[in-house]
Amino acid sequence: MQRHQYDVVIVGAGGAGMRAALESSKRTRTAVLTKLYPTRSHTGAAQGGMCAALANVEEDNWEWHTFDTVKGGDFLVDQDAAEVMCREAVDAVLDLEKMGLPFNRTAEGKIDQRFFGGHTRNHGEAVVRRSCFAADRTGHMILQTLYQQCIKQNVEFFNEFYVLDLLMVAGKATGVVAYELATGELHIFSAKSIVFASGGFGKVFRTTSNAHTLTGDGMGIVWRKGLPLEDMEFFQFHPTGLAGLGVLLSEAARGEGGILRNKDNERFMERYAPTVKDLAPRDMVARAMANEVREGRGCGPDGAYVMLDLTHLEPAHIDAKLPDITEFARTYLGVEPYTEQIPVFPTAHYAMGGIPTNIRGEALANNTDVIPGLYAAGEVACVSVHGANRLGTNSLLDINVFGRRAGIAAAEYAETADFEELPDAPETFVVDLIEGMRTATGEERVAAIRADLQATMDINAQVYRTEGSLKQALTDIEALKLRFANVAVQDKGKRFNTDLLEAVELGFLLDLAEVLVVSALARKESRGGHFREDYDKRDDVNFMRHTMAYRSIDAEGNVNIRLDYKPVVQTRYKPMERKY
Amino acid sequence: MDVKVKILRYNPEVLDEAEWKTYSVTLLPGDRVLDALHKIKWEQDGTLTFRRSCAHGVCGSDAMRINGRNRLACKTLIKDLNPDKEITVEPIKGLPVLKDLVVDMEPFFDAYRAIMPFLVTSGHEPTRERIQSQADRERFDDTTKCILCAACTTSCPVFWSDGQYFGPQAIVGAHRFIFDSRDEGTEQRLEILNDKEGVWRCRTTFNCTDACPRGIEVTKAIQEVKRALIFRRV
Repeated sequence: MQRHQYDVVIVGAGGAGMRAALESSKRTRTAVLTKLYPTRSHTGAAQGGMCAALANVEEDNWEWHTFDTVKGGDFLVDQDAAEVMCREAVDAVLDLEKMGLPFNRTAEGKIDQRFFGGHTRNHGEAVVRRSCFAADRTGHMILQTLYQQCIKQNVEFFNEFYVLDLLMVAGKATGVVAYELATGELHIFSAKSIVFASGGFGKVFRTTSNAHTLTGDGMGIVWRKGLPLEDMEFFQFHPTGLAGLGVLLSEAARGEGGILRNKDNERFMERYAPTVKDLAPRDMVARAMANEVREGRGCGPDGAYVMLDLTHLEPAHIDAKLPDITEFARTYLGVEPYTEQIPVFPTAHYAMGGIPTNIRGEALANNTDVIPGLYAAGEVACVSVHGANRLGTNSLLDINVFGRRAGIAAAEYAETADFEELPDAPETFVVDLIEGMRTATGEERVAAIRADLQATMDINAQVYRTEGSLKQALTDIEALKLRFANVAVQDKGKRFNTDLLEAVELGFLLDLAEVLVVSALARKESRGGHFREDYDKRDDVNFMRHTMAYRSIDAEGNVNIRLDYKPVVQTRYKPMERKY
Repeated sequence: MDVKVKILRYNPEVLDEAEWKTYSVTLLPGDRVLDALHKIKWEQDGTLTFRRSCAHGVCGSDAMRINGRNRLACKTLIKDLNPDKEITVEPIKGLPVLKDLVVDMEPFFDAYRAIMPFLVTSGHEPTRERIQSQADRERFDDTTKCILCAACTTSCPVFWSDGQYFGPQAIVGAHRFIFDSRDEGTEQRLEILNDKEGVWRCRTTFNCTDACPRGIEVTKAIQEVKRALIFRRV
């Protein structure tokens, strides 16, 4: 076992983690721990762009962007946070350009901008070109550019170090315990500030755009400490996943003119969102698609998907603006987008919920108190700028704005704080977890339990939910947790034991799926990405509030989930009906 | 359909030598090689070890040698491999193997870091974005696509025999900045690549171009860097 000491430890090296590292490492001694190589992070899979009211191609301002973000999030957005994000968006994009990001350009050589779902001019009048982009690989360019800047700035990375525990003393975050994948060795990192930037947990679902590695580790670690998770019932299903696979096809396809069609070749979004049509927010488009399928207007032999039509676009335009996603269609489905429509269906994409933070990126222990030394940014966090439904491009914006803010806040805190004494034998929890898993002799296999979890979540907790379906999911998860107690891994070695890590990851997934479902059961309304068929209207009287879920242990030692609620911060905008 | 997959296994905790093991798996024609590896790991042998993440060809984790050619396992479909015959999978060549299909990526990333893969500018920063024409932006578009998977570098016979050689990826990484109109670090980068282990080791065998899962014209990029060195202008 090795021990290290850094002022700031950042967990995760995607966009948020590296943006935080760029700020923190120029102020104070910083280490970035990542379970992957930084450039493997899923920020790189983001495609369509990053919105900012640059007004490079038409009139725009950040206040309109704020309104769209609040309305897109079905008014569950904390409006002070959305204002910060949309105001700082302009500088966030310009900073990336100065770092070298190769944005597409206008004829005058400025950063080009395009349409994106839910982004409008003057509070919903018409769609607006706000998304700054680099073809359909904007996330790739952001990830590469931030990594390049980290190289320039000599940021210290610990690659393939899997953080498994957060150390706390007297309510303060004091360090983390990490497992080195290459050797199986444990490392104790003592730190004044810890920033979680470890991404989402899309792998609770079967059909997902998320990477295999997005298993909610950061949220899971914090959860096991008894700290709250906010708004976990709000999960975004991206409308256009490649049918059957879930591979993401950017909303930019529709921003560039693509149209969704049912089996009658009807442009069905005209019925659901007459003004913005195919560029309605993702929750509405995903529900519309699922509805077309269940009402028998789906395409294919089983009527199980709808079609994304790009065939009316010029091939040269497709090549220039949408090269990667059209290649995905060719590679994985053998479909030629120049001449054929592409089968698509909603795919689990993004967790709006996560570790509650304030606008400085400080993590919260409850509705009001910060946890000294603990920060979170990116998908792992819930600020909340996305509310009940995130607008397209606002995640790349979120990681840049709040990654930067968390990095600054963590470094500033570290400059004034002292290192805290670590608890005795700080590795105990992780040793028990890892060695328990390695030496277990049960009959159950990780992959089988995970597949059953993903199946029940896809059936019971996806675009449409009811009390019955959610109760079924909860029953299934309880049964799977019992099976998980009897799981065994085959690889007993120390070196690159990914078999073991998949088991640990499954433990996080089971915990988080349960939090999602319990939070969803209690929210007896429909809002944004959470749609209850048995309560199909938004209920501002009872549910204009954030869910705060806590893990609690009762007198008999049983683990329970306790739900509390937190008010929504409203500044400029009063809730209104959400029409597009 | 039933497919035989032959994998070069190596785990120094168990055995000093690498050995081939063959697995039989039931797959669909549209399945990826990555799906085959997962089925083996999840249903037959949990000790099989490989890196992977995004599973659709953008993160660059799962470059491996499949039927003798460097590819991404998540971007290679079973039906495109003649599945009537055994499919062979082995680690990419020229980097130390750590376990099964996992290689030590550090020498590869060292070469990338050595060519100053970041925008170099001088003077005051503009308040707004730098202006760049569409043509200037297009000039280096191809090499911005790189995902650092190492398929190119580890397909290069020069790299196999000379681990000091920067390798194709590092030159691609340099090209991305050398031909960016905003960058002012060209002289320094060209000097680094003028080294005896730099661009002049390239023998234009085109393996790298064939191997690139992103379709980057790697050999062409290397030639352009060579030309820039000869004429000292881009």
